[in-house]
Amino acid sequence: MTQTSGKPMNDAEMDFEMAASMGLSRAEWDLILDRLQRAPNLCELGIFSAMWSEHCSYKSSKRWLKTLPVDGPQVIEGPGENAGAVDIGDGLAAIFKIESHNHPSFIEPYQGAATGVGGILRDVFTMGARPVALLNALRFGAPDHEKTRHLLGGVVSGIGGYGNCIGIPTIGGEVNFDPSYNGNILVNAMAIGLANSDRIFRSAATGPGNPVIYVGAKTGRDGIHGATMASAEFSDETESKRPTVQVGDPFTGKLLMEACLELMASDSVLAIQDMGAAGLTSSSVEMASKGGLGMEMDLDLVPAREEAMSAYELMLSESQERMLMVLKPEATDIARQIFDKWDLDFMPIGKVTETGRLVLLKDGGVACDIPLDPLVDDAPEYDRPQADVPSRPILQSDSITSGAGIAPILRQMLASADLGSRRWVYEQYDSQVMADTIAGPGGDAGLIRIHGTNRGLAASTDCTPRYVEADPHTGGAQAVAEAWRNLSAIGARGLAITNNLNFGNPEKPDIMAQVAQSVLGMGDAARALDTPVVSGNVSLYNETDGNAILPCPVVGMVGTIDDIDKAVGNGLPHAGLSLVVIGQGQTCDDGWLGVSLYARMLADGPDAAPPPVDLDAEHRHGLFVQSLIADGHVVAAHDISDGGLAVALAEMCIAGRTGASITSPASGNLHGWAFGEDQGRYILAVKDGDAVMAAAAAQGLPASLIGTSIDSGELQFGGSDVISVEEMEHLVETTIPALMSGTGHTEG
Amino acid sequence: MSLSGLRVAVIVFPGSNCDRDMMVAIEQLAGRRPSLVWHKETTLDPVDLAIIPGGFSYGDYLRCGALAARAPIMESVLDHAARGGAVMGICNGFQILLETGLLPGVLVENAGLKYVCRNTSVEVVEGTASPFTEGLSPGQRMIIPVAHNEGNYFASDDDLQRLEDNGQVAFRYTESDIIGPANPNGAARNIAGILSANGRVLGMMPHPERAMSPALGSVDGATMLNATLQALAA
Repeated sequence: MTQTSGKPMNDAEMDFEMAASMGLSRAEWDLILDRLQRAPNLCELGIFSAMWSEHCSYKSSKRWLKTLPVDGPQVIEGPGENAGAVDIGDGLAAIFKIESHNHPSFIEPYQGAATGVGGILRDVFTMGARPVALLNALRFGAPDHEKTRHLLGGVVSGIGGYGNCIGIPTIGGEVNFDPSYNGNILVNAMAIGLANSDRIFRSAATGPGNPVIYVGAKTGRDGIHGATMASAEFSDETESKRPTVQVGDPFTGKLLMEACLELMASDSVLAIQDMGAAGLTSSSVEMASKGGLGMEMDLDLVPAREEAMSAYELMLSESQERMLMVLKPEATDIARQIFDKWDLDFMPIGKVTETGRLVLLKDGGVACDIPLDPLVDDAPEYDRPQADVPSRPILQSDSITSGAGIAPILRQMLASADLGSRRWVYEQYDSQVMADTIAGPGGDAGLIRIHGTNRGLAASTDCTPRYVEADPHTGGAQAVAEAWRNLSAIGARGLAITNNLNFGNPEKPDIMAQVAQSVLGMGDAARALDTPVVSGNVSLYNETDGNAILPCPVVGMVGTIDDIDKAVGNGLPHAGLSLVVIGQGQTCDDGWLGVSLYARMLADGPDAAPPPVDLDAEHRHGLFVQSLIADGHVVAAHDISDGGLAVALAEMCIAGRTGASITSPASGNLHGWAFGEDQGRYILAVKDGDAVMAAAAAQGLPASLIGTSIDSGELQFGGSDVISVEEMEHLVETTIPALMSGTGHTEG
Repeated sequence: MSLSGLRVAVIVFPGSNCDRDMMVAIEQLAGRRPSLVWHKETTLDPVDLAIIPGGFSYGDYLRCGALAARAPIMESVLDHAARGGAVMGICNGFQILLETGLLPGVLVENAGLKYVCRNTSVEVVEGTASPFTEGLSPGQRMIIPVAHNEGNYFASDDDLQRLEDNGQVAFRYTESDIIGPANPNGAARNIAGILSANGRVLGMMPHPERAMSPALGSVDGATMLNATLQALAA
């Protein structure tokens, strides 16, 4: 190959009409003309439009993402690499990230979800980490919407199809329903890997002249321009875009993972980047740009699955299971042998240059010759206008509650799709492969043993969109707080987070306000809980025919526990345990029922503020619970979230098949107490309730002894206000299976 | 012979994903790491036990286990079995053994038409004569997880009766307080694992290597594997 420069020889010049069809604005088109001093050809325009898409450039969110805390003594690698890395002690790093595959999953649920899992796994093993756990966060439309069954079934099957085959356990996740997702589901997948902290691989290309190697699966015409699709609103016609959905091959993914990890164990790899969104374009541009260098590639050498693929198609294809690497020149033979062993393509397709340009050769000519700086550094960044977020009133509990008992309401809530057991979903995921799973899905947080040790890695994904909609700042903070609480409830200490910001069209000021304010809230919480943001993903334009989704900034938190034998679950194992609520005294406050499940179910959700989030209290309560668990004082623990205290108690009874006798407060609003969703609270089942109450008092923490676990097989709230554990189990276990078999009752 | 004197090989196909788990489990019990044997090898050094682990060999893209059954290494495994050598196939390994003809019958898609991963209660069947069961008590119940999409054992009624009469049914799914049907996949006669006629080859869907300690939720996999290793070392 020879150095080339100047105008490419082939392809006609593009015009603004073509640029607009790829999602570029007039100003962006003018910027391209200015930077190139000429019109781009099709391949070049495709590269610009992909790199400047919302998906790759974060142009609407970057300004706000910069406000997030990204540093801390535990942080090894913050946002910007393929995934974030955190020091977890013993010379190990936890490497993790969450990523969305919303649009493809709506169009083709199985493949969309499967490739979402495959993509996030590649992000993690690209860094040199062996993936050890998967989680997800899923949102579907109303349970009775005509598409929900099909979409939920396909997505779950796709997540399992990839994760089960590649052999990484799915240890947690969340599934929720809301009509706002009828036409735009959310599929966010998170992966966590482990690496030696001194053996982390990065993507910056080094050493002009060093070979650029393509490895993995061949390139086909699938997923062309997927990043651009992910950056546009949906319409009724979107389902005709099926050919742009990538197809996953978990078997090849497994081979690629093993081959890459085997190669990384040798001293051969200088830089490596997976081909995710925008495929060969983003991988080559990012590697060269991060290294402050250039890159030249001969596209005729790219292993292709189909005949006569153009430069444009090769550069924009999102075929899965592919990687780009820069190797030490002398290591090429060793590397080739490893990929031969795994029957994968291994092809030197170019070299690192000093030009600061991306030069692509095709059919003996120059197909593309553009400077790299504008693609990355000059990518547009917008400060989009925000609407004022009206402050909603605090909900007075007495305005919506009735004089009914707790059990009748609980019965109704447990039968809803919101609270139905997700067993139907998670039993389709292999949660135990790798034989280190201590707590799989269904608990407060997933927990795996760090292989070969007795330490544990815990993780949870969380977001409560109805809170975010009601108050984006509080909702953003609450997502972090709930993840922290879920980890604390099993005895683990949160270390850092990854986030997946799912919103509607940021060009609408009210949506932009949701983005900005919830990121600010998330940042406040991440600072208060000392869980910096080390990686993330933004998915905007989640709208169909102009209707935006409920905002859903998902948080994935990772933490550690020093002794897995100390970790606790949320099931009451036997009678005779004291039940202590940490974070709450005997009464409740107004506001706890604001946008709660109770309010939505019984009063059709009047506009109100969500329950407040007190980050300082959240932090102190979590540390207190963690220390009680570490000291062996706790037999079972559960955080209080959707549905409040009564639902948390019901879940503890069901999980352990043990009853509980609860003393309801003598005064105050009974339903506010039972179903309020005040934050920062836990229920602990302990042998010595008085000792725990004294310990809480010594630290000045609110706590109350509310009852004991009992043998009668009932959850009793006093008098005839009783529900059997068997009935509760039946209620939660039947909802989702009935929904999926088409016999479900309809629940909005 | 002490357990550490046992020679155990775990066969690794592209797409195997329980090979490491099995290696760790055997090492935990025997104090010696089994050898991992790559599918492209054509010879198998003399071993006391060859294990075909779970996973998705060759992606299970044709019929589960069909390609792996024809891999280069399998000729040596068949020779080993023909000499009376012990072979154990777990999950995909069971599917592969069926495809080689070392065990009779087929595994078809689960009756629920879905992948299923959860604990099951497995009962040791009476009347077997095999190193895989001799250290266990007939009627003994073990909590061992399953994780598969094609674990629904099927054979003709005549063949099933022959298996029963010959003492070739090793393990059956049985009632317990685990949520969901006792039989997770619709397998005929609740069959979870079967033996060859000479008792030296075992195929089973449940994963004993995942039930190796209280922290993992059950020690019954360790019990079962330990009984096997003890019998082979005796």
